[in-house]
Formats: sequence, structure tokens, C-alpha cells
Amino acid sequence: MHGQAILERLAERFGDAIVETHAHRGDHTAVVTRERLLDVLRACRDDEALAFDMLIDVTAVDYSRFPGREDGPRFEVVYHLYSLRHNHRLRLKVRVSEDDPVVPSAVGLWPIANWLEREVWDMFGIRFAGHPDLRRLLLYEEFVGHPLRKDYPIDRRQPLIGPKI
Amino acid sequence: MAERTTREFLLGEGAGTGGGPRTIRVGVGPAHPAMHGIIRILTELDGEVIVRAEVEIGYLHRAFEKECEQGPWNNAIPYTDRLNYVSPLINNFGYCSAVEKLLGIDITERCKYIRVILSEISRICDHLTCIGASAMELGAFTVFLYMIKAREFLWELIEEVTGARLTISYGRIGGVKADLPEGFGDRMRAAFKQVREVLDEVHRLLTGNRIFMDRMVGVGALSREETIAYGITGPLLRAVGVPYDVRRAQPYYVYDRLDWEVPTQEAGDNYARYLVRMAEMEQSMRIAEQAMAELPGGPLNVDAEGRPVDPATYVDLGKQGKTEGLLLLPITLSPNLAGSERPAHARVNVPDKRVVLPPKEHTYGSIEGLMNHFMLVMDGYGIRPPAGEAYFAVEGANGELGFYVVSDGSDRPYRVHCRPPCLPPMAALPRMVEGQMIADLIPTFGSINMIGGELDR
Repeated sequence: MHGQAILERLAERFGDAIVETHAHRGDHTAVVTRERLLDVLRACRDDEALAFDMLIDVTAVDYSRFPGREDGPRFEVVYHLYSLRHNHRLRLKVRVSEDDPVVPSAVGLWPIANWLEREVWDMFGIRFAGHPDLRRLLLYEEFVGHPLRKDYPIDRRQPLIGPKI
Repeated sequence: MAERTTREFLLGEGAGTGGGPRTIRVGVGPAHPAMHGIIRILTELDGEVIVRAEVEIGYLHRAFEKECEQGPWNNAIPYTDRLNYVSPLINNFGYCSAVEKLLGIDITERCKYIRVILSEISRICDHLTCIGASAMELGAFTVFLYMIKAREFLWELIEEVTGARLTISYGRIGGVKADLPEGFGDRMRAAFKQVREVLDEVHRLLTGNRIFMDRMVGVGALSREETIAYGITGPLLRAVGVPYDVRRAQPYYVYDRLDWEVPTQEAGDNYARYLVRMAEMEQSMRIAEQAMAELPGGPLNVDAEGRPVDPATYVDLGKQGKTEGLLLLPITLSPNLAGSERPAHARVNVPDKRVVLPPKEHTYGSIEGLMNHFMLVMDGYGIRPPAGEAYFAVEGANGELGFYVVSDGSDRPYRVHCRPPCLPPMAALPRMVEGQMIADLIPTFGSINMIGGELDR
């Protein structure tokens, strides 16, 4: 299915839940409301015409220093989907504010979401409601802060941990 | 003085004749010889059977994504070398292609072929290392030595083109650092002949070997449904019978013009993964040979007309105002710039002054070239893709290697995210080993071919 047709199908089925759609450099993107995110993801997976059976990636972007977007919702959580059956891709995004950085977890749909969401929590401090085990993935529990946020300075020192010798 | 350790601690909870839980916990790694790189697998054992396993990663985290945001777009290229350090060229090209997609530029034909050839050579290196190391852990040390020998022939080729064996930094946004050296095709075919001999030997040593089969067949298997649900790509997905390969499904560069196959297996166990990798190496050589034969742009490094002069004389001539015809005069460049002389530069790079550094002849020999050079390297200038985002996937040696890049229109990446192909299989590792023996953990882990650099970034 062509990217534009995917976006139209989603818009037709979910109406207001699709906040915005665009195609840039051949990548088709839909921005979804947080309330309907899981419904949209489930439909993407189960709808015969879409059949996105693979969750390729979950990541986030901190837009707090992006020219023109400083005042909008701070984070965007980005999902990349791929369909083995139809060989097409889709990018879904959901916007969350700094005060309430919570997104429903997709672990129930794809088991790989477990690790991918742990990484997003680790790097951005965005929580995933319903995640069974939301621990840091790449960093250690004693680490203070979330380093991929734009206000985390690159040269901040972290306390050394480990057994005292 | 250290406290005395108790027997319970040594033998694990529930040891001895007392009651309590019947399982013991054994941690494998982070510094275990079979944990290539550093990783920790916590296992809960009932006798020799793994009841539960948990994987802990992040020991090699070097803040790749954060570092990328600190400098200009080209600065991230050396960092991508250190993602998958067994096939760094594929990472280079993946990142460059993502930025090229964001810029909306198309690279030259010759550059596409060069990227294909070098990607395939890297893929063979990666598979050789994976199979060699896994075989060694099962006791077949000979195979490891043979495979490292074969890899050496290929690394010599890579060294000849890029000037380095591992930290190659050869990709450039809009092209590559240098053209292929003269006679590369012949040396590549000679190296492939030796690699084929090695692969033939390894086939006779391993494929059908009783000990190897006992350890690999039926071990570490994952069902087709679960492999897909875990987002696993690459040889592990093809080992369950799904012929998904980014090179075939969404062809980039010139893969759609070449004749090759996607090898698959049905069983999904370690042995199937081994067979897929062995078959893929042959396909990679096929691709590289065809691409080499069709390489456009005539013979490599055509001799430019005229007499080369050294750069110092060249600059002096310019200072004295003797600039007539100066721009067309070839100059001798330092050997580490071999392959990026003006004619070669034009063959492999896009003619876009906003993206690609000018050839050194222009930088040294004309004010326009010098300005062009500085406009690309000065802080606050450089490559400035229009605001937007792009995701580009290439087929890495372990599966789909994706780069998601976001630009805010400035000369620095706003966000670079790498989708590492070996993260999904590592997340699924507990599912592969639960219910199997502790000794099966080693070949299963080996068959995933975890690369710490790209897993932890």
C-alpha cells in the first residue's frame, strides 16, 4: 500500500485521533493523540490492509531547543513500523509535554517494545504506563538525569559506583 | 580484612541438604571469555537447565547519540565506525545515506557501486568473525584461525581503500573519501578466491560434523511468529524462512540491478543461522564481483594530462599571480589523499558545493576553492540540511541497520538515532535459551553475533 493511502486509511478510521500527517523525503508520518495511541498501533498491526507486523524502532526527540517549537509539547515519541507482508513503512508519533511525560506502553502488542521503551525512559525520562519492568536499559540505576534531554550538559560528571576498594 | 565467605554463598541459595528454593543463580559475564564484548546474562538454573535468564546490557555505552548532536554533520562519521566495529563501512554508508536522504541528494553512480562493493566485503568479514568465534567456543579452534585468515585477506583490501583496518571513516555525506585504487578489482578477485577456499574447508569441517551438529541443531530456536514479534531482522529472521532483506525489499544503491539470492532456512535454530550466514557470504562475493565488473566511470584513477607539481610550488605560482591554466594543472598530493585527486573526486562525489568538500587542488589553488572549503568546515556553517526528519535503513551484517536523523536547519544534527540490528535478538535471548542447558547458552549467544558497540552505542 502506498504511504499516502496508509495515512488516508488511518485518518478515515480514527478521524480526530490523527492530529497531523505529512510526507517528507518519502517517509510518511502520522501524529496521533496519546489517548488513542494504543488503538492506532493495534489497528496498524491487525488491519489486513496495513498489517504492520514489525515494530522496528521506538525512540524520542526532545524539541525544547528546536527553533519555533520551544513552547509546544516538549517530547515526541517516535514509532517506526514495517510490514513484512506488504513491504511498506510508517512512522507514528505522539507528543507529550514535560509536566506529564507518560505514554501508554506497547508491550502488549509487540514484546520488543519492552527494551525499546526502557531505552526511551533511560535516555529521555518518558514513562510508559503499563510497562511491566520500566528500568534503565543502557545506563545504571544510580545515574542521575536523562542524558538525551537537551538540557543535560554533555560534560556533566556522574558519581562513580561499584565496590569500594 | 575481608569477611569470610560462607558455603551457601559459594554454592548458591538452597545448596546442601536443607530446604529452600531448588534453583541456583549463576551470572555469566560481564567479563566472560564467551561474552564477546561485555554483557551480563543472569541465569537461574535447575541443575543444568536454564529456568530463567535475564540480559543486562549497556557496559559499552559511549553516548553515541549525544555526541553526534555536539558537532557538525560530518563529525558523526568516525563515531559510526565504532558502532559495529567488524563491518564499520556499512555503518558509515548507512549514516551518510540517511543524511543524503534528508538533504534530498542523489550520489553518483560510481559511488553507489563502490558503496555496494565495500558493504559486501564488510558483510563477509562480519559473518566470518561470527562463525569463527562461535565455532571456537564449541572447540573448533582451527575454524577460527582459518576464518580470521580469510578475514585478513579482506581487511587488507579495506585497508588499501580506506587507509585503516577498523576505524575507517571512509564514507562522506554526498560521496566517499577516495576512489578505489588501481588494480583493486584484480586483488579483490584474488582475495575472494582464497576466501572461497577457506569457506570450502570450513564447510567440510563443520557442516555435517557430529559434534558441531549436536551442539547446534535444535538449539536456541525461536518460532517464526516470535521472531517477527520481536522485530528481529537479518540472518536470524531468514533462518526462520522469512526472506526479508532490506537490499531486496527496499533496494538502495544498485542492489536491484545485480543478480543475487536471499538464502533462507526453515528451522530457526543455531544451525539454520549458521547455514544462512555461510550462504550469504557466497552471495556477497557474487554481488561484489558483479558490481566490480559493472563499475561505471572507466578504469580507476585515469592519469590526468599534464605534469604533476607539488602543492608548495602550486601555491607559490598562485601568489605570484601566475594563475593562467593553474586550476587545470594536476598536483601531487600527500599519499593519504590518494584517490581523492580532482578527477577521482568528481567521479565519486556529488557536484554539490553545499555538501562535499572541494578537491584539494581547488582548496590549495584557488580562492573560490578555499572559501568553499571553509564554508563547509567553519563552526556555524557546514552542511545544513533543511529542517525535517528522515529514516534510512540499510542491511547491516546483523539485519536492518537504521538511522533516524532530525535536522533543525542548522549545521549540527538535532538528533541522530541508530536502530541497532542486534538489539532485538538480545532482547529475545531469554526466550531462546529458557528450557535449554547452560552450555547451550554459548552457541546461541554466538549465533546472535552481538556487537557491543552497536548494541550499547
